[in-house]
Amino acid sequence: MGFSMVIRDMLKSNLVIQVLNPGLATTVQDLGRPGYYHIGIPLSGGMDRFALRSANMLVGNREDAAVLEAVFTGPELEFKTEALVAVTGGDLPAKVDGVPQPAWTSFKVRSGQKLSFGVIKGGARAYIAVSGGIDVPVVLGSRSTYALGALGGYQGRKLQSGDQLPIGHAAPAAEGLSIPANLRRGPSSPAQLRTLPGLYNHRITQESARAFYDDTWKVAPEADRIGYRFRGGAPLAFTPREQPFGAGSDPSNIVDACYPYGSIQVPGGTEPIVLHRDAVSGGGYFMIGTVISADMDFVGQLQPNTPVRFVEVSMDEALEARRQRQDALTRVRAALAP
Amino acid sequence: MHTRYSFGGDEHIFVEVDEAMSLEAFFKGLSMTNAVRDSRICGVTEICPANASFQIKFDPDQIKPADLLAELKSLESAAARAEPVIKTRIIEIPVYYNDPWTHETLMRFRERHQDPESTDIAYAARINNLDGVDGFIKAHSSAPWFVSMVGFVAGLPFLYQMVEKQRQIQVPKYLRPRTDTPKLTVGHGGCFGCIYSVRGAGGYQMFGITPMPIYDPAQTISYLRDFMCLFKPGDIVKWKPIGREEYDTAVADVEAGRFVPLIRNVMFSLQDFNRDIDAYNRQLDGVLHGH
Repeated sequence: MGFSMVIRDMLKSNLVIQVLNPGLATTVQDLGRPGYYHIGIPLSGGMDRFALRSANMLVGNREDAAVLEAVFTGPELEFKTEALVAVTGGDLPAKVDGVPQPAWTSFKVRSGQKLSFGVIKGGARAYIAVSGGIDVPVVLGSRSTYALGALGGYQGRKLQSGDQLPIGHAAPAAEGLSIPANLRRGPSSPAQLRTLPGLYNHRITQESARAFYDDTWKVAPEADRIGYRFRGGAPLAFTPREQPFGAGSDPSNIVDACYPYGSIQVPGGTEPIVLHRDAVSGGGYFMIGTVISADMDFVGQLQPNTPVRFVEVSMDEALEARRQRQDALTRVRAALAP
Repeated sequence: MHTRYSFGGDEHIFVEVDEAMSLEAFFKGLSMTNAVRDSRICGVTEICPANASFQIKFDPDQIKPADLLAELKSLESAAARAEPVIKTRIIEIPVYYNDPWTHETLMRFRERHQDPESTDIAYAARINNLDGVDGFIKAHSSAPWFVSMVGFVAGLPFLYQMVEKQRQIQVPKYLRPRTDTPKLTVGHGGCFGCIYSVRGAGGYQMFGITPMPIYDPAQTISYLRDFMCLFKPGDIVKWKPIGREEYDTAVADVEAGRFVPLIRNVMFSLQDFNRDIDAYNRQLDGVLHGH
C-alpha cells in the first residue's frame, strides 16, 4: 500500500456516522443500478427521486450521490465529523441534539452531535443527504441497497444499530440553503395515480376496467420498495378463455413475462400491486397497465390507508407530465444556483 | 404465433411473441432481442428477454415511443426467419430431492396448499400420473431443461422441460404464496421449473434443494467471480439426483472453495431437437459426460 493510500484510508476512517438507532427500514440509496433487470436485479435507488436529488443539491453533492432513505421513522445518528445535512421528501422533522431543524434546508452537524427525528407528519419516506455522500462501495455501478438480493448499500441490508457509515469528502458548501416551499412538491390526498392502460388489460371486461378506474382504492399495509398493494375496489371480471399452455390455471395467470416498473398486476383479480424500484423483474400475473414515470416518486410517499384513484391517461399526457416533472427539477436547480 | 405490442407506461415496450409457451416462441423472442441489441437504437436502455415475450426499457427523452415501436416491428419479420441455433452451455445441477429443509418449509405452509394431506412432490407425482416419488424424480431428472428466462429475483432461472408437451410436468402454484422458501430450492409452477436463488417468498411447489450456489453477490465462489449470477437465457440444465451424503459433501466443497460445477459448451439446434427429442437429449448427455 502506497503512502497516499494510507493517508486516504486514515482520512476516510475518521469520516463516519455512527448508527445509534436505525429506524424502521433505513437504507443507503442513490439514483439506482440500471442494466441488470434482464437477470432479475432491479434498478433500486430512491423511491422519490425528486426528493433525493433535491437533498443532494442542498448539501453541495452531485445529484446522484448516495443518501439515506428513511421510512416512516428516522434513524438516530452520531456524527464523528462535521458535515452539512439536508432532509427532504416526507415530512420527518429533524433535530440536532434535540434542536428542531428546517426541512428542505441545509444545516450543519458538528462532530459529536446527534441527528434524530420526530414523528412523521406527512408522506412516507425522507431523504437524508450528508455532504460528501454515503461512501459505501459501488456494486454494479451503484451504491443503492437491494435488500432482497443482499446487494449494494451497507452490507446489502437495511441499517442496524452500531453500523459505521463512511462518508466521502465534501466540496465546501454554505449552510442555510433552502428550496422554496412552492417547489417542494409534497404529497396530496386523495391521491391520483395516472395510468397508461395496456399490457394484458384485454384479459378483463370493459365494465370491469371502468370500475377499476372509478373505484377508490386504499394503500394496504403491504407496501414496500418492491411494490405497493391496494385494497377496497371491486374484484376484476375476466373475459373467458382457455388458459394458454404454461400459464397456469387461474384466469389471472399468464406465461411468466417481464414486469415493467410501475406495472399494475392483480393476482386473482382482487388486490392490485404497483411494482416499484426494487421490483421483481417478472412473473406469472397479468397486468392491466402501468403508472406513468411522472407519478412513481409520488407512490413512494403514500402511507397505508391513503385513498387512491387510478386515472387513465394517454401516452401524450404521460409525456407531458414527464416534461412537467423535469421542469420542476430545473426550477429547483435554478433556485439553488449560486 | 401472433406477436402483440403494448406500451408499459412511458418507459417500456412489452412484446408478447405468443400467448402460449413453446421453444419456438422463445427463439423468436431471442432473435428479436438480439436484433434490437445489434441495431443499437438510440434511447434503448435495457433489453429483457422472457419465456415467450420480451421487454424493452427506453428513455422517451431520447426516442419517441411511437418511433421505437415502429423500429421494433420492422425487426420482426427478419427475426422470424432467423435459424433457431445457439451456442450455449449445458450445466449439471445436483439435486437432493425430498430434502428435510424444503420439507420443513412445506409443512409450515400446508394450509396454503391444494392438498394439505400430501407433500408437494407426492402431490405433483399423483396429478401427473407418475409412479410415486421415485417415478416423479425419474421423470423430473431424466431429460434436460432449457433456461427460457432469468429473473423474478436476482439470477433465478425459469426452466422449460425438454420433452413433448404431453410429457411435461405441470402443477398449479400454491393457493396463496408462501412467505418463506429456502435458498436454492428446486421448484415448479405451471410448466416451469426454477431454482430459488435467494431465500424469500414463493408460490411454486417445492421438490428438493441443490447444494450448488447460483447467485453470489459477494463474488467469492470460484465460478461466480466473473459475474454474480450463473444463468443466462439459453443455458441447458441437467438435474443429477443425489442423497444426503453427497449433498453434505458438496456443501462442504462449496464452503472450502473446492466445488467445481460440471459445465460444457454445446450447440443447440431447435430443428434437430424437434426431429428426435429423445435421441437429441441422449446426445446432450453425452456432451456433459464426455461419451
